[in-house]
Amino acid sequence: MIPLYWWLIVAAALFCIGLYGVLSRRNAIGVLMGIELMLNAVNVNLVAFWRYITPQAMTGQVFAIFVITVAAAEAAVGLAIIIAAYRRRDTVVVDDMDIMRW
Amino acid sequence: MPISQIVQIVVFVVLTAMTLGGGLGVVLGRNLFHNALFMVLSFAGVVGYYALLDAGFLAGVQLLIYIGAIAILILFAIMLSRGIMGRQRQSNQQWWIAALVALLIFVVLGVVLWQVEWPVADQQALSSPSVAISQLGMELMGPYAIPFEVASILLLAALVGAVILAREMPE
Repeated sequence: MIPLYWWLIVAAALFCIGLYGVLSRRNAIGVLMGIELMLNAVNVNLVAFWRYITPQAMTGQVFAIFVITVAAAEAAVGLAIIIAAYRRRDTVVVDDMDIMRW
Repeated sequence: MPISQIVQIVVFVVLTAMTLGGGLGVVLGRNLFHNALFMVLSFAGVVGYYALLDAGFLAGVQLLIYIGAIAILILFAIMLSRGIMGRQRQSNQQWWIAALVALLIFVVLGVVLWQVEWPVADQQALSSPSVAISQLGMELMGPYAIPFEVASILLLAALVGAVILAREMPE
């Protein structure tokens, strides 16, 4: 059996890679891809905890399913916002989407 | 060490190379289209993780929703907004701060997770895969029925919202 720590450290690495993508990308779609990576890392953690700590209760898997649901909704709405912004302002660069900046 | 243990570790290492390599390809590459394909590779590695963790249903869900739906949706969005970024620089001026923050969080997480004494359960307690899937269904319909319904409302709201946001606005 693979030690639990390996799973946790891999998930942490994936989370940090996604975080770097979110913080450093100029393209809004690139930012969204970073968020998807972070959500995946969280899911790996949830499933690993389910498998190693509470294999008799299904809580970890149920929560992973809810996270996937929210990720799907977030991707659909996020991409719709990006497409709408692209149509109106002809840009997908996050720095240029500053109409709400005070 | 028994042979199954070695096989598990080899599979884990290969899946990790896929997942993290794909992840790095997503955040470091210049071509947005290639980034999205690397993201598919990363998701595929996570599918393998779920299979290795005996979560067969989630492996299927991951394959269908992440690779089948989210990745394709992102590829569509990239193609609809193509030509705008071209071969320009993809990262902003604060990329080194972002790298520093990500690395710092990774180190902190690694140290903290190492120090915790995880109450790892007896592995014999795991029920067989078919029982586990029916148990998952029972839990979703039983104790988690209300969150399940809320999730369906969320999906409906996201569906309607996405259609309204993305349609052509009459001037």
